[in-house]
Amino acid sequence: MRGLLRHLRPEQLRELTLVLIIIAVVVFFATQIPDFVSARTFTRISTSVAVVAVVAVGQTLVVLTRNIDLSVGSIVGLVAYFVGTLLVNEPTLPAPVIIALSLAIGASLGAINGLLVAYGRVPAIVTTLGTLALFRVALVELSGAKTVTTSGLPGWLLDIPQVTLFSLGAVDVRPLVVLAVVIAIVFQLGLRYLPYGRRLFAIGSNPDAARVAGFPVQRDIFGAFVLSGALAGLAGFMFLARFGNITVVAGQGLELEVVAAVVVGGANIFGGVGSTIGALLGATLIDLLQQSLIRWLEVSEFLRDAILGLLILGAVASDKVLMGRLRAIGLRARRRSRDSVPAEEVAHGG
Amino acid sequence: MAAEFGRRLRSWEGLLLVILLVVVAVNASIAPGYLSVQNQVNLFQLSVEKAIVVLAMTFVIVSGEIDLSVASVMGLAAVVVATLSSQGTPTEVAIVVALLVGALCGLFNGFWIAIVGLPSLAVTLAGLIGYRGVARLLIEDRSVGGFPAWFEDLGQQPIVGPFPLALIVFAVLLVGATVLLRSSAFGRYVYVLGNSQEVARFSGVRVARLRLSIFTLSGFVAALAGILLAARLGAVRGSTAEGFELDIITMVLLGGVSIFGGRGTMPGVILSILLILNLRNGLGLANVTGNTQTGVIGVLLILSVLIPNLVAAARTRRPRGQVEGGQP
Repeated sequence: MRGLLRHLRPEQLRELTLVLIIIAVVVFFATQIPDFVSARTFTRISTSVAVVAVVAVGQTLVVLTRNIDLSVGSIVGLVAYFVGTLLVNEPTLPAPVIIALSLAIGASLGAINGLLVAYGRVPAIVTTLGTLALFRVALVELSGAKTVTTSGLPGWLLDIPQVTLFSLGAVDVRPLVVLAVVIAIVFQLGLRYLPYGRRLFAIGSNPDAARVAGFPVQRDIFGAFVLSGALAGLAGFMFLARFGNITVVAGQGLELEVVAAVVVGGANIFGGVGSTIGALLGATLIDLLQQSLIRWLEVSEFLRDAILGLLILGAVASDKVLMGRLRAIGLRARRRSRDSVPAEEVAHGG
Repeated sequence: MAAEFGRRLRSWEGLLLVILLVVVAVNASIAPGYLSVQNQVNLFQLSVEKAIVVLAMTFVIVSGEIDLSVASVMGLAAVVVATLSSQGTPTEVAIVVALLVGALCGLFNGFWIAIVGLPSLAVTLAGLIGYRGVARLLIEDRSVGGFPAWFEDLGQQPIVGPFPLALIVFAVLLVGATVLLRSSAFGRYVYVLGNSQEVARFSGVRVARLRLSIFTLSGFVAALAGILLAARLGAVRGSTAEGFELDIITMVLLGGVSIFGGRGTMPGVILSILLILNLRNGLGLANVTGNTQTGVIGVLLILSVLIPNLVAAARTRRPRGQVEGGQP
């Protein structure tokens, strides 16, 4: 254990643990549910995770800075509806324009949050609870109680969730899933290696110190909200492609699943700790558990929320109790190994 | 006297009072009979359950925490009453059980926050989802009603003069909450805790026990409000009281309670409740849809924190009495 902790940071251990838990859950349900390990199960879970995971990557950036974005569900719904209506009216618009538009609308809505939080100094919980309502209101006003239906949408859009990008054995990998994984990896690398990424950790760990160190704290927090909005906008496009039928309640409550994914993925709600790969794994674990438990226990769909609530609590509690201890052990182990480097070199020398 | 009055007027409560008077005056001029007791009772009755929860939420926010789970606890309590009562349990017993369930939900939140030390935002977010999930599990997609007549009468009929039970409960709780927050040791401890946990601990306040009591109280009051809501509506669904936390938190913050804790008064909160109710009613009179009204509440929520921030920023940038460019 000590040796493991010497080489891994607690956050990486957290991701490793999540992978192990996911494997354990799959193995468990494979023994319980006939035909559980199948291409169909993979497709169903991975497609439904994709949308949540993309939003969760954006949410991770915001949570890292010690903030929260509760408006993402409304952004997903608003973008899905707006872009869907546009496509129904102008079916010839090319895909890149539509995707760029989704990103741009999402980013502008995120900029409203960012302005209020970073420059207006309104706490994120207040701001985004307000814009959660406001963006939904905008959607209801915009729609005039009409819905977007699959019949009016162009074929290429509806094909996106069906197309197989490549196959691994019997498992078909869909574009939406690849997109989610690529985004999680790209942002993970960005957080790790870009100065902006490192500053997000610094701001969340200690905002005052970050300010004293001369970091552009306000601009960076603003940027995190813009990115979160843009990714929610992209998820809105994915939502439209996946479901086709968009009503005024599209994406309602998604913010809860997203925050759950981020927290289960190991992010600390008080900032400074978190990873986008973790968020992806968190989203996967949640969806896997929800779908499998419902199939296994043959209980109603209504169990979903109860599971989600317990998972959040479990994740936050284990973070507090276990990770604190692991961090201490890891720190001690690393310190000891640093102090005893010469001795070890002698021991392993040659 | 005049100076005192002027100082009061410049305070947040004064500002609320002026806006409230303007809104009421406009409403009264649009709709004759607006100020009649009956109309005011009707107006208040439509949101009285939220107003009841606002009283408990004030304690939570002044103590520096937040409780996002109240609307789900309201819904769960309503569902428990409806389910038990429809299965033949005497409604009196069902009410007691629902109140206990609410208090337990609050105690459960409080345990993780006060004893384990988890952030209230995360715990009550889990509660928001989880308690609603339990309610949905109990009732699925049915709508359960069929309460005994006396229970529905409690929710709908006036019992003292023109006032129904919920309004009387609110009035009693309001007096209790005002005294408790302002004049009791408990209330003063809540302010101390909200200002600084460290100071509270070193002053001998039993921080964990205080937090536990505040969240248990919040759950209990939310359950009470949920039961009153069930009585008024006469039927309960899985989505009963969904999204109420927006209005409830807005009412508290607009009342001048600081989201960071330690500051805020009950009179401010009352003015804010009256303002929001009258505003919603006035917008309704002006044929503004419920959806847009919700948007207005969202804007108010943000403005209630943004405006004081901007004022404070402007004050620090140009301290009073300093002449610009006057320095050598």
